Amino acid sequence: MMEKDLTDKEIISRILKGDQRVYEVIVTRYQSFVFTIALRYAKNREDAEELAQNTFIKAYRCLNDYRGDAKFSTWLYTIVTSLCLTFLRKKKLEIHSIDQDHVFELANQQDAGMKANTVEEKSKIKMVNDAIALLPPDDAKLLLLFYKGEQSLEEIAVILGIQPNNVKVKLHRARLKLKEKMEQHFSVEVEDYIHS
Amino acid sequence: MQAQQMEEKIWGYIDGTSAKEEVAFVEQMIASDATWRATYSELKELNHLLQANMEVEQPSMRFSMNVMDQLKGLQPAPATKQYVNKTIIRSIAVFFISSIVGFLVYGFTLIDWSASAATDKPYQLPSMSVDYKILLNNTWLNVLVMLNVVMGLLYLDKYLRRNRKVV
Repeated sequence: MMEKDLTDKEIISRILKGDQRVYEVIVTRYQSFVFTIALRYAKNREDAEELAQNTFIKAYRCLNDYRGDAKFSTWLYTIVTSLCLTFLRKKKLEIHSIDQDHVFELANQQDAGMKANTVEEKSKIKMVNDAIALLPPDDAKLLLLFYKGEQSLEEIAVILGIQPNNVKVKLHRARLKLKEKMEQHFSVEVEDYIHS
Repeated sequence: MQAQQMEEKIWGYIDGTSAKEEVAFVEQMIASDATWRATYSELKELNHLLQANMEVEQPSMRFSMNVMDQLKGLQPAPATKQYVNKTIIRSIAVFFISSIVGFLVYGFTLIDWSASAATDKPYQLPSMSVDYKILLNNTWLNVLVMLNVVMGLLYLDKYLRRNRKVV
């Protein structure tokens, strides 16, 4: 069996027996997702990459604490979430203020971009991802975990440390905000998409 | 029903998190009400957009190599639960339980059971006055200090032995 075909638990068992090399499979498997979550909180790619690296290092160091009763990815996303929040605290940036500054800054960029670009260039993918970038980091992360992280509402609740019902409410609000952002900043694309 | 409540119910239906009764209700409303139908169609489109088009960012090409470089020479730390010394917890529990039992036994020995049943006088609580002078004389203090020193040395020895094993 190829190493990349091993399950997370098999890999962890091998690492705990002393085979550090196979940890690279875990890193490769989750690096994009962890990096994307970090990028929602950090202002630039360098900080996000450092946060993502620290997540994998911390996960490796604490591997003995992973009990295996939840998915490894759920446990890993709990670590990245905690590190991101610590990062924000260290930078003395409150999430609320980031939301507003970041959103207005990005909104201006999007508007400028919209004027310059032709309709063909503005793909659906770009529209969705640009709209997500306009959301507060917590909402963007929630959507990412739900749609791309293969995490159930219960698992997201574990990651965020809240009740599953609250996750449901937050998810609803995040999608509502996304819809508003799309209508506000990408009305032309939304129209194109509906009529296509 | 408010638009927000309607959307919440429809999202629950789309996500598959609604209860059976709720599913039946939403299906009925979508079939019979034009507003519900239009909202359902809109939210379904948004859900599809998110499922199909949400992108995951890629870190630099050297990302995994950088992580592995930083891990060189590092080992997973022992599990946190191993840090908690069960002997200490048990010793504390034994101390408190024996204190409580001791006080109870001492209290019960002071009660005059026959006297309380024979008289019509209201019950008098036994006097719990303890002669602390007996406990706080030099001999007792010396014994306690010595006991603490011996326990301290034992724990220091255990701590140093554990550190030597890790190295």
